[in-house]
Amino acid sequence: MAIGFIAGVFMIVQFFVPHAVATQGYELLLDWARIIGAFALVLGIGSLFRTHWDKIRRRRSGYGYNAVTLLSFGLMVWAGILYGTGEGSIGQRLTEVQDGATFEWLFNNVQVPLDATMFALLAFFIASAAYRTFRARNIEATLLLVTAVIVMLGRVPIGEMIYDRMPDVYEWIMQYPAVAGKRGILFGVALGSIATSLRIILGIERSHLGG
Amino acid sequence: MGELQQSNQLIIMGLSLNTYVLGLWLQAALTFAILSFLIGDNPVYKFAEHLFVGISAGYGVVIVWKQAALPLLIFKLLPQLGPTPGEAANYWVLIPGLLGLLMLARFIPRYDWLSRYPIAFTVGLFSGASIPAAVQTQLLEQAQATMKPVLGLGGIHWGLALSSLIVLLGVICTLTYFYFSKPHEGTLGVTSKIGIWFLMVAFGAGFGNTVMARLSLLIGRVEFLLYEWMPVISVHFNNHMQ
Amino acid sequence: MTTLLQRLESIDRRWIYLVILAAVVIPFLMNLKLPVGKHSPSTTAVHDYIEQLPPGSVIQMSFDYSPASMPELEPMAKAVVRHAFEKGHRILAMTLHPQGALMIRRALDEMALEMNKEYGVDYVDAGFKPGGVAVILGMGKDIVRVFEDMDARGNKLSAMPMMRDVADYSDIALMMDFAANSLPLAWVAYAHEQYGLQMGVGLTAVMATDLYPYWKSEQFVGLINGLKGAAEYEDLVEVPGLGILGMSSQSIAHLLIILFIVLGNVGYIVTGRASQRRT
Repeated sequence: MAIGFIAGVFMIVQFFVPHAVATQGYELLLDWARIIGAFALVLGIGSLFRTHWDKIRRRRSGYGYNAVTLLSFGLMVWAGILYGTGEGSIGQRLTEVQDGATFEWLFNNVQVPLDATMFALLAFFIASAAYRTFRARNIEATLLLVTAVIVMLGRVPIGEMIYDRMPDVYEWIMQYPAVAGKRGILFGVALGSIATSLRIILGIERSHLGG
Repeated sequence: MGELQQSNQLIIMGLSLNTYVLGLWLQAALTFAILSFLIGDNPVYKFAEHLFVGISAGYGVVIVWKQAALPLLIFKLLPQLGPTPGEAANYWVLIPGLLGLLMLARFIPRYDWLSRYPIAFTVGLFSGASIPAAVQTQLLEQAQATMKPVLGLGGIHWGLALSSLIVLLGVICTLTYFYFSKPHEGTLGVTSKIGIWFLMVAFGAGFGNTVMARLSLLIGRVEFLLYEWMPVISVHFNNHMQ
Repeated sequence: MTTLLQRLESIDRRWIYLVILAAVVIPFLMNLKLPVGKHSPSTTAVHDYIEQLPPGSVIQMSFDYSPASMPELEPMAKAVVRHAFEKGHRILAMTLHPQGALMIRRALDEMALEMNKEYGVDYVDAGFKPGGVAVILGMGKDIVRVFEDMDARGNKLSAMPMMRDVADYSDIALMMDFAANSLPLAWVAYAHEQYGLQMGVGLTAVMATDLYPYWKSEQFVGLINGLKGAAEYEDLVEVPGLGILGMSSQSIAHLLIILFIVLGNVGYIVTGRASQRRT
């Protein structure tokens, strides 16, 4: 708790103090945060590895797919770190920053299409949701629906063909009433996040520490 | 194992493969594998999904190793391994390095309490940094932008003045909607109702934009299939017919 | 009529998927080309800002997106890179998103090759660094130090001719963040507010309502919003790309979604009234 308090208070104070000592301390703490941030990524990957390995070990239903996950993980790590550019000894490849052609090839031809298509599925789901669930049950829902339709028309060339000022209507909605609604939410979120940050610094909020 | 003979040519066991064409076919196959989910959950989709998880995780490890672990830690402790071998070693990085290692104690149930130290440090640090940032960016600047002058230098521009008043009214009414310390009755009831309408306009705009975004993702995949993959098929077909 | 609407309401969703797929594919097959139309003021604001910068200005570009958002963001990133290179500006590329590291190469390297730009002189790829806010704040004091004096290819940053003119944010004329998440909010809060860095954003349409208030309050110089924004920017630089190409399909698909909403509500109203009459 004391560590969090000191770090937090220092960051607030240094915002107002341009002295060189404050700046040096600030840079040092940021350097530390960047290094610790790298380990946080390792945590996520370690959890993933453990989950899948556990399922394979216990021969859970569909464990073949978990083997696919771990094998493809191994392939990518081999291509990126152990094989790299394919030149030099293993030691040289381990400390090479440059990405190899094989690693880039796997990224562009395996990861990119999988990632992109996974999210492209959302287009179908949103169409299905629009048809099945988007109902004008009351005034508020009707207002939401009408705004959505105007926005969808205003954002494509065909909307301008239907009514030449449709893009202007879109811009007006986005710049004025939508901004008003969003700003109200923003103020609430800002006050909430300031309150939460203060609670964390003062040690009142400890859920991130498992308390 | 295969060897890269020249750019885009891969020789495996005497067979010459064009890696560019192979890549396009692989991209198309994986695209269709994921799209097959639309018909129903099936083994091909499950294979592709698990492949994606593994490849993404592997990618993350490689990027973190090359662009974080090596320059931030390894090359600092052992400069002879890095691009500037003549530099003196910097052992101060051992402190955040050890703090980072403590975070990995989460994997050992008996010692997972050790991970609280680096988490307390980073969460405290960013909480402290976020307070002045939130006050400045989200409160002061946004409040200032809400209070636009009605009178401009050249007189009153009625359209702009009315729109600015709408924004001011909308922000105040939306804020009254989120005020729950009093029942929404009387004047407060009216203003909070108006606030809900502004929120509905904002959410409707959000939904419309979301539809656009999702469809754009599908358009991207279709563009790949039609403009990058299909031409390869027609070349193969033409070559075969000659 | 009521029976038909009831049947339509309970239609297998795979028919809806098929119709949407057809709506997207058919305009491409028919080679349907629609004009881009009016440009949003938020897009022209970014274009005009880059246009008025003196040649040789350094533009920082953060490619904070993954392949999932590539269809919307890559076309606009390429158009902005093209514009910057055409005006003789220099580009410092980096990312706070791990997958952004290779997204940089896809958008930047291809353009640089096409426009005969020299690495280290006209553009630098600083790559990915973890730490998010820590990186943003650190760059305000010393950019080379934040990246450990190393670019994404293992070269020494400080040895590059371009980086001799770039110490911190005061040497950056404009920062363009291409993002599909809330990172632009972190950039504006820490880089713009604390260091006065001028910012533009290329965003997916999902983020539009969240970020418009920041453009209206002049915390961003401009926004390039979604695939339409990409098409507008391609139109402004007069080099058509995937943004303009996708507009026809986008138009037809939007009309279809609106039709679905109308049909769904007509069915809801009619079947609702029919069940009221029965009770």
